Amino acid sequence: MEVNVLIGGAAGQGMETVMHMLGKALAREGYLFIATKDYMSRVRGGHNFSRLRIAAERPWSPVDTADILVAMNAETYRLHEKNLGRDGRILFDPARFSLPEEEGRGLPVPFEELAREAGDPIMANSVAVGALWALLDLNLDRLPGIIEESFRGKEEVIRGNIAALEKGYREAASRCENCFAMPPAGTGKLMYIDGNQVLGMAALASGCRFFAAYPMTPATGIMTYLAGKSTAHGLVVEQAEDEIAAINMALGASYGGVRSMTATSGGGFSLMVEGLSLAGMTETPLVVTVAMRPGPATGLPTRTEQGDLDFVLKAGHGEFPRAVLSATTHEDAFFRLNKAFELADRYQAPVLFLSDQNFADTHRSLEPFDFSRLGHNRCLAEAADVEKPYKRYRYREDGISPRLLPGTLPGEVVLVDSDEHDERGNIIEDAKTRRAMMDKRLKKDALLAAEMDEPGVYGPGEGDYLLLGWGSTYGVLREAVDLLGREGLKGTLLHFSDLWPLPKTRLGDLFPRAGKTFCAENNATGQFAALIRRETGLQVDHNILKYDGRPFFPEEIAAEVKKHAAT
Amino acid sequence: MLRPEDYLTGEPAWCPGCGNFAIRKALSQALAELSLPPHRVVVCSGIGQAAKMPHYIQSNGFNGLHGRALPAALGIRAANTDLTLIVESGDGDSYGEGGNHFIHNIRRNPNLAHFVHNNQVYGLTKGQASPTSQMGMVTGTQTEGVLAPPLNPLALALVMGAGFVARCFSGEAEHLKETMKAAITFPGYALVDILHPCVSFNKVNTFKWYRDRVFLLDDHDASNWQSALEAARQWGERIPLGIFYRVPRPTFESAVPALQGKPLAGQPFNPASLSRVQEEFL
Ligand SMILES: Cc1ncc(C[n+]2csc(CCOP(=O)(O)OP(=O)(O)O)c2C)c(N)n1
Ligand SMILES: [Mg+2]
Repeated sequence: MEVNVLIGGAAGQGMETVMHMLGKALAREGYLFIATKDYMSRVRGGHNFSRLRIAAERPWSPVDTADILVAMNAETYRLHEKNLGRDGRILFDPARFSLPEEEGRGLPVPFEELAREAGDPIMANSVAVGALWALLDLNLDRLPGIIEESFRGKEEVIRGNIAALEKGYREAASRCENCFAMPPAGTGKLMYIDGNQVLGMAALASGCRFFAAYPMTPATGIMTYLAGKSTAHGLVVEQAEDEIAAINMALGASYGGVRSMTATSGGGFSLMVEGLSLAGMTETPLVVTVAMRPGPATGLPTRTEQGDLDFVLKAGHGEFPRAVLSATTHEDAFFRLNKAFELADRYQAPVLFLSDQNFADTHRSLEPFDFSRLGHNRCLAEAADVEKPYKRYRYREDGISPRLLPGTLPGEVVLVDSDEHDERGNIIEDAKTRRAMMDKRLKKDALLAAEMDEPGVYGPGEGDYLLLGWGSTYGVLREAVDLLGREGLKGTLLHFSDLWPLPKTRLGDLFPRAGKTFCAENNATGQFAALIRRETGLQVDHNILKYDGRPFFPEEIAAEVKKHAAT
Repeated sequence: MLRPEDYLTGEPAWCPGCGNFAIRKALSQALAELSLPPHRVVVCSGIGQAAKMPHYIQSNGFNGLHGRALPAALGIRAANTDLTLIVESGDGDSYGEGGNHFIHNIRRNPNLAHFVHNNQVYGLTKGQASPTSQMGMVTGTQTEGVLAPPLNPLALALVMGAGFVARCFSGEAEHLKETMKAAITFPGYALVDILHPCVSFNKVNTFKWYRDRVFLLDDHDASNWQSALEAARQWGERIPLGIFYRVPRPTFESAVPALQGKPLAGQPFNPASLSRVQEEFL
C-alpha cells in the first residue's frame, strides 16, 4: 500500500518550504517515505518538482507514476499529467490556470485567494500543504507546530501561515472525503533528512574539526550543515577562495592535528587533484567527498550522474594508494563516511567518498542512527613510544610510520615533504631511497584492500540474472529486483559501497552462477563494468546506462533486464 | 638557552653566494632570540629554491605544493593555535602561482609571518621571469624582455588591508633579523618581502644593484597608512627598507568561534556524545 505525490512549480514559489513542512510532518507521524528533488540551475522561474512516495514498507526509490499531482503552475500539469495514475487527482489553483474540459481529475483549490484571505498571497504554498494534507486524510494537528518552528519569533507570519494551512485543509476536505487511503504510520518519530545532511552529520560525529570548501552543487549542502554546527561544536568551516585552497587548507589542518575534510563536485575536484597527490606523497590523512553531477565542464549543475568514477580512481599525478568509498543508502553512508575517516587516519592516506546529486538531495524518513557504532581512532603515536630522533617516514614492516603531531614532543619535529624524501622527510634524489619510499607507500594498497567491504547481496545469490551496481542506485536496483521477481524472473543484486581497492571475492563467487550479468550505471560508458573487467577479467553481458542527468526508475532497469535475460 | 646554530640543519642546496643563506641565518637568529623551541615552530613552504627552507631550519615543516603554502598554513593555524607559524617561499610561489591565496589570506589575517624571498626571478626552474621581474628583463622564455610591469606586493598588501608590511634586503642582516622578529611576534598576518640576489639567473638585480639602491627608512611613522603606501610605491634609483606599516587588526583566530579555547588538535572526542545532534531532524 502506498501513495505517490508529485509536486511541481517554478523556482521561487516556495517549493522547498512545502517539501520541508510535508516531510517533517510525515516523519513525525512515523511514515516511511522517500522524497526526491528535480530542480533547475536557476533561482526564479523554470520548472522544479519533487516526488514523494509514502509506503507501508520502506520505499527504496521513487516511482514515475503519481496518485496526486500538486500543480503550483500550468507547466506542472502540462509536463506531468502523463504521470498521473487512473484514479489520480490534480490539486491546482483555478486562478492560475484552467484544466482542459475533458480533464475529470481536477480538484481546484484557490491557493492564492485563500492565502490572501489569511493575510498574504505569498502563503499560497501553505494553503497547498493544507489541501494535500486533507487529501491524505491526515490529522491537521501536526502541521502548526512545524510552522511555529520554521518561523520562530515571527508571530504574525506564524498566525497567517497556520490560517492558510487550515483554509486549504478545509477546502480540500470538503471536496474529497477519504480520497486516498494512507499506508499505516509507524510507531515513533522518524528523522527527515537528506543525503548531504547525513554526510555532514557523519563528518561532525566522526570528529572532523576542519572543513574547507568552495560552494559547488550538489556538494554545498554538506558545508551548509557543518557551518551551522561550527560554533556550537567547535569546528572550523572555511569557505576557501577556490578548491585548490580548500584541499591544501584541509591538508594543513590534518598535518596540524585534526580530522579534516573537503567536499566538492567534479569541476572543483579537477582543481583539487594536485592536492590529492600531495596527500598521497606526504601520507597525510584526508577525506574528500565528491558529489557527482553530469560533466564534462559545468555540465548539468543540479542533476545526477555517476560519471566521475574513473576520474576519482586515477586522479592525481604519480602512483599512490587511496581508498574510494561510495554512498549507497542514507544509513550506510552515515557509517561509511566514518569509515573513510578511520581509514584515512589508520593508513595515512587520502580517502575519497563518492556521492552524487541523486543521493545528496534525496530525503528519507529514518530511525535515528546508533552513534555508538562510530569510530574515532586517530592512530597517532604515543609520545612515550616514539623512537628518537622522531622520523615522520620511518620504515616499518607494514609501511605505516608512527604519526606524531607537530608540537607534541619537545625536542622532536615533524617534517612532511611534497618532494620525494627520506625517513626524516628531507628532500632526496637518490634512486635507492626513492624506490624504498615508493615501496613503503604502496604497501598500503594491500592493507586498504583488506579493509574493503564485499558488495551487498540482495536476492538468492543465483538465478536468471546478476545485476551489478554501485553508489546511490542501490534503492532503485533493489526495487527493480523486486519488480522482476513479481514478474517471475529471479535474480540477484550485487551492490558495491566500497569501490577501491575493488573487493573481488563475491564477484568471483556469484559471476559463474549467474545467468546473464548486467551492470547498471548512471553514466554513458559503463565505467564500473570496465573496472570489474580490468580487475577480474569478468565481462558483464549488458551495460544498463543512463546519462541524461536523471536517476533511474525501477521500471527502466526491469525492462532492460527482461529484454536481455530471456534471450 | 637556544643558540642560532640549534636551528640549523641539513646542507642547503643553494648556489654559493645565494641570498637565501643570509635569510636562513637571520631566521635562525630570530628564532633563537625569541626563544622559540623548534618543536613549537612550523615552517610552511611551497616549491622553489626559497621554499626548501623547512629542510634547513630545525623546526616542524610542511613543504607543500608550489604556490600553496598559505592555504596549508591556514589549516595548520586552525588545527593548532599554539604553534608559531612561518611561511617561507619565493616570489613566484607567493605572488604568481599562489597569487589568489596571497590576496585572500590578507583578508583572513591569520597569525603568521610570511617571508617572501624575492629574487625577482624563478630560480629553481632556471631563470624565467617572475611576477616581480623588471620590465625588459630578457630570459629564455621572455625573449623580447618582460612586457608587463611588475607586481607590487607591498602596495597590494597595504591596499588589501594587511596589518604588517615590511621590506628587507638579504644584505642588511641585522635589519632583516629584527624585522623577522617583529613579524613573528606581530598578532596577525605579517608580510616581509625580502629582496635578495639570485646569482645564477638574475643578472639584472644583482647584489650590487640592490646595495646601490636600498636605504633604511628612518623617521617613518608605521601607523600612517598613506606614508606606508608611499614607501611601498618607491622603487627605482632608491628603494626603501623597513617596516612600512604595523597596525594590528582582528585576526582569523580571534574571529572564529571554534578557535577561542584550547587548540583543536589533541582534544578528546567521543562520537556517541554527539547523538543528540539528530534531534533537529526529528
Ligand atoms: C604546479 C607547479 N607548476 C610549476 C612548477 C615548477 N616550479 C617550481 S618552483 C617554480 C618557480 C620558483 O620561483 P620562486 O617561487 O620565485 O622561487 P625561487 O626558486 O626563485 O626561490 C616553478 C615554476 C611546480 N613545481 N609546480
Ligand atoms: Mg624567485
